[in-house]
Amino acid sequence: MSVAGTQGGAARRISAFLFRHRGLKLGLSLGAPLAWFLVVYVGSLAFLFVSAFWHLDVFTAEIVRGFSLTNFQTLAEVEVYRTITFRTVGIAAAVMLADVILSFPLAYYAARMASPRVRNALLIAVIIPLWANYLVRVFAWKLILTPNGFLNWLVEATGIGSLQLGRSNWSVWLTFVYLWLPFTLLPVYGALERLPSSLLEASSDLGARGWTTFRSVVFPLILPGIVAGSIFAFSLTLGDYIAPELVGNTQFIGNVIFDNVGVAGNIPLAAAYALVPLAIMAVYLVLAKRAGAFEAL
Amino acid sequence: MESRAARIAIKAGTAFTLAFLYVPLGIVLLYAFNDSIGQAWPIEDFTTKWFGIAWREPKVREALANSLQVATTATVFALVLGSLAAFAVHRFRFFGRQSVSFLLILPIALPGIVTGIALNTTINTAGIAFGLQTIVIGHATFCIVVVYNNVLARLRRTPTSLVEASMDLGADGWQTFRYVTFPAIRTAVVAGALLAFALSFDEIVVTNLTAGSTPTIPKFIFNNLRLPRNRPIVNVVALAVIVVMLIPVYIAQRMAGAGDVTRRGGAAAREAPP
Repeated sequence: MSVAGTQGGAARRISAFLFRHRGLKLGLSLGAPLAWFLVVYVGSLAFLFVSAFWHLDVFTAEIVRGFSLTNFQTLAEVEVYRTITFRTVGIAAAVMLADVILSFPLAYYAARMASPRVRNALLIAVIIPLWANYLVRVFAWKLILTPNGFLNWLVEATGIGSLQLGRSNWSVWLTFVYLWLPFTLLPVYGALERLPSSLLEASSDLGARGWTTFRSVVFPLILPGIVAGSIFAFSLTLGDYIAPELVGNTQFIGNVIFDNVGVAGNIPLAAAYALVPLAIMAVYLVLAKRAGAFEAL
Repeated sequence: MESRAARIAIKAGTAFTLAFLYVPLGIVLLYAFNDSIGQAWPIEDFTTKWFGIAWREPKVREALANSLQVATTATVFALVLGSLAAFAVHRFRFFGRQSVSFLLILPIALPGIVTGIALNTTINTAGIAFGLQTIVIGHATFCIVVVYNNVLARLRRTPTSLVEASMDLGADGWQTFRYVTFPAIRTAVVAGALLAFALSFDEIVVTNLTAGSTPTIPKFIFNNLRLPRNRPIVNVVALAVIVVMLIPVYIAQRMAGAGDVTRRGGAAAREAPP
């Protein structure tokens, strides 16, 4: 037996064995996480997908396990569901837009004007709210929007008048804008940071003023970052049911899904409706990929 | 390069966005000390009495115990599975390697309600009783990616030459892991675990659909928001949750960025969020 062989013992023999059998090593490391994901998650998603094509028998209130497009027909034809879908998508788009607009100045300042110290502080300042409990952040807006609450006080203090948003779509919009702002800000910041200064200088040398430079140099170059940031704002709004429940007075796609899982017990309809945000997101992601947004994430 | 007006506008916009991010958190802080049960602004009188009342409330304690237990268990699962997946993706080239990251990020990239309802239907059909176990299953699933991302990012920044040198000097696979790889990734593993803990402690969208009637802290807040009588307790719990959440996240930020912050500003910051 060689010297090396006697030194290590069992551990060394196992190491050597694994070194020779890389496939086994790969299996050992990837096997468990992959198995968990395939069984728990992918399995569940597949099951959800299948059950979207089942339907609830109107008379017996029992789930009929056979292929049918009843749920999708209901979602497309019933006025209420159509309204809810359009409302959700509309607000999601409005949230996305507001978040991009709010993101730009801070992202620009952090990426191109601040010293490294200030930049780090600003980035941490953006990330911290992301980790301060999601529900508490919705709750903060419930406090702000409450009748005679902070927002109304602030508006009255400026002397414009009074503003009682209470439970409304405006309140839901504001809350969503707040919730997802950090998700939009970080990719926009990333895009601005990667923007070569030489291009801005060239633009200015060629006589372009600030606005022209922004419109024809900065904006096209950071567009992938903007789209990347908007993915989260859009997707997270499409699937949320907590904020509309707490600060709104209308239903969103998420609320209908949640109610159908719980109270109404129509899981096939809930499953079918859950596929709607997924389908919208799939289309959006394909467009985003074309815009080069994935490289900007 | 920017004109004077543009610079002023950008600075004003930055100040506005910062205020927008932090005023709501400040308001939660102040309301926890609100003497009145009402929610009107400005707050008339301040008190600390609700902290004691909330602490002695058995429902808060039960929810807290559940939340801590769930977050700890889910973190352990996420830690093991996430690190293993990161190693596999870093070390090996195999069919479908590009899809692993995509697969792992799905639970937090897809709308939460989709993950929630998918798990809910499966648990229901499989006949498993809703409770702590089912919450853990859900949480572990979306926490894996946090550990995975942190560990993988660190592995990629650790030069492979270190591992090669160790092997050349005669160390076997285990020794190399024990003395070279593990010390290099240790802080990333801990940071990932802390973030996973915070993520689990925070979660409500999926939890509502996998918990049955088992209370957690977010569920306590959600259910009691509608009862005006309990609002002061909710105010206190909300503040406590912010504080408790920020501690692990702060430590994780420091650890994930250790040795990196000075070289590339923002690199650490980008590593941490989901």
